[in-house]
Amino acid sequence: MKSALVCVVCVIGAVAATEPKVKLPNSRADLARGEKLFQHHCALCHGQTGEGGRGPMLTHAKLARAPDDAALLKVIEEGIRGTEMPGAGAMSDREMHLTAAYVRSLGKVPLKPVPGNQAHGAEIYRGKGGCVSCHSIQGEGALSGPDLAGIGVRRSAQYLRESLVDPQAAVPEGYMLVTVVAKDGKRVTGVRVNEDSFSLQVRDDVGLSHSFWKTEIALTEKKLGKSPMPSYKSTLTEEELTDVVAYLASLKEAK
Amino acid sequence: MKTLAWLFVSAAVFAPAAVLRAQVNVPYERIRDASKEPGNWLTYSRDYSGQRYSPLDQINAGNVGKLHIAWVHQAYELDGFETSPIVVDGTMFISEPPNIVSAIHAGTGRTLWSYQKNIPSDLRLCCGRVNRGVAILGNTIYYASTDAHLIALDARTGIVRWDVTMADYKNGYSSTGAPLAVKDKIIVGMAGGEYGVRGFIDAYDAKTGKRAWRFNTVPAKGEPGVETWDGESWKTGSATTWVTGAFDPETNTVYWGTGNPGPDWNGDVRKGDNLYSDCMMALDADTGAVKWHFQYTPHDENDWDSTQTPILSDAMVRGEPRKMVVLANRNGFYYALDRISGKFIAGQPYVKQTWASGLDEAGRPMRLPNTTPTAEGTLLWPSLGGGSNWYSSTFSPKTGLYYVNVKEMAGIYHKGDAEYHAGGLFNGGGQRDYKDEEPYGAVRALEVETGKLRWEYKLYSPSHSGLMTTGGGLVFGSNASSFFALDALKGGLLWRIETGGGVGSNPITYMNEGKQYVVVASGHALFVFALD
Repeated sequence: MKSALVCVVCVIGAVAATEPKVKLPNSRADLARGEKLFQHHCALCHGQTGEGGRGPMLTHAKLARAPDDAALLKVIEEGIRGTEMPGAGAMSDREMHLTAAYVRSLGKVPLKPVPGNQAHGAEIYRGKGGCVSCHSIQGEGALSGPDLAGIGVRRSAQYLRESLVDPQAAVPEGYMLVTVVAKDGKRVTGVRVNEDSFSLQVRDDVGLSHSFWKTEIALTEKKLGKSPMPSYKSTLTEEELTDVVAYLASLKEAK
Repeated sequence: MKTLAWLFVSAAVFAPAAVLRAQVNVPYERIRDASKEPGNWLTYSRDYSGQRYSPLDQINAGNVGKLHIAWVHQAYELDGFETSPIVVDGTMFISEPPNIVSAIHAGTGRTLWSYQKNIPSDLRLCCGRVNRGVAILGNTIYYASTDAHLIALDARTGIVRWDVTMADYKNGYSSTGAPLAVKDKIIVGMAGGEYGVRGFIDAYDAKTGKRAWRFNTVPAKGEPGVETWDGESWKTGSATTWVTGAFDPETNTVYWGTGNPGPDWNGDVRKGDNLYSDCMMALDADTGAVKWHFQYTPHDENDWDSTQTPILSDAMVRGEPRKMVVLANRNGFYYALDRISGKFIAGQPYVKQTWASGLDEAGRPMRLPNTTPTAEGTLLWPSLGGGSNWYSSTFSPKTGLYYVNVKEMAGIYHKGDAEYHAGGLFNGGGQRDYKDEEPYGAVRALEVETGKLRWEYKLYSPSHSGLMTTGGGLVFGSNASSFFALDALKGGLLWRIETGGGVGSNPITYMNEGKQYVVVASGHALFVFALD
């Protein structure tokens, strides 16, 4: 994991240092073509208008992984190691430039402020909502659910709201709930954190990791794409939902 | 050339140089007669047959469970480590990412010398700064660098003897495969199939570096075969040659596979069969003249390169002895060809495939309708990674079986623009993953003369790594970050180790001072195993 992250930094650094300055196309026709390519290749994860989904929002003027246009092209071409972002082996140079131009245009539209009371949202997050029993933010909270530090940069308000109301609609790729029953009777339910031909690792809801050799397992129940998160549609009021979304949208990347 | 000085220092400090610097000398006859010295691994696949079979049996089904790490060699940089080492009289020679060749003492793992070539900063590669190994002839090591140079190094010191440019990297050319030393020539392929290059196989005089012949895998105007390309499309036809071939000394024939036509997924701009893409080429080793060709996937629109190392094996077919060249193709079909005539003997799918109704009598696939990539995407088995890929299959003369590490996986192929700019990506589409069915892998043992399944050892995920068989009745292979040994007769798991990094390489084995070693590159390190 660490090596992959270091390498991404190297790659981006190297690009900035050695490649000539990139000029992205900017005519209206180019952006229209870029939008079409974006819809085809990127929207599935990043949303139809870059609002985010399974992949991060792209409607920021500054993108953490792509500080300049050369870095953006590199990310589009090669993907980001250790993440779900694949390289666009599918696009020609010209197509990558058009797509990058459209991505940059998304960041030029001012972001609408997210309505709601952030402070009240934070109270519900920690109290009535019980979110901390599964999610953590900068070390505070439990570990069985995804970490939410910086979630406001990565996901749109609309996506966050949908995750609260209908968690099954936005399960991260590869997220799998699993129940393992070992031959000695030991039973563990949790998130699958790793698996290969020979062993399976599971993290339970208190964050403990368990490892099983496949030869030791009597039964494995897998629920691919199922979330253990409850819907807050009926447990929070409309106003409370709005406030929690406002709080989550305010969470920026840890410095 | 940039020598890594500290390695000389470390070798000098920890071991007497006179002992470590073996007097390496490998004339052609030693490679031709590799069966006489099973303790060495003298060429990419051990011998010219491409079988990647070693007769060594000190490590065998009875004791492989006690295999443990003897030594580890760490790579300098974090790119993929695909090397297949050669081992000569106690010295191992490897290529390392990004552009390094090293000589290592085969018993201790101590480095004897390293050579590093500087890489241009604007070099573009589809799939990482990888390299699959070196060749040896006489006392010279031959290395094809990622920027498409062929370099001759003194096997004793790593000092450059000559360095020739095969093609201009600025136009998308590169090289990633191990050269093949044949008689007095070094035969070498090239890469760049996603950049609109024109493929070739070259032969160079081993002493001088002067080019002896070039076979262009895409015919030019006026040459036979150009009629299989629409208009001027042959100029960017790709058909690269990025994996080492095989050689039959009896008939002086080089067998070498070719890659996808360019652009990969948009065939509209290159209507026709697109010879000699996705072919097995049989070439005269002295002149490069074509003896025959066989095209596995005419007018390929799925990036199903046919570059994997061919395997030369002989078998009785319907009561007659046949000299065959066989392989499990990326397109999902296994093929046995007559290696003298190039005629199709037998073939059948060895993984799930949904693009052809079968092979006709001549071995040509009968493509089904609606299987071409579209703007919206076309779902097909196998994926663009193929039923198998560049990594080694293996044939064991002991069991008579062909073993392949397969991918059971679909892809959604789509068509895109195909505008050529020199040195730029020119692939015309791509593939999206198909999410509704979990892919998996398996090691499969096939009857060599038919491709019929004998047994399989199922794997959780598709592999991207090669196999090797041994006289000890073993199949060595990898899946994800595990390296393992299977029973070659029945397919049961006998030993495995977690290496901590993804394996994307082919294993080898050798003897040093009476002890057998097994080697695989994984993650960013070369792992070497032995018994106590």
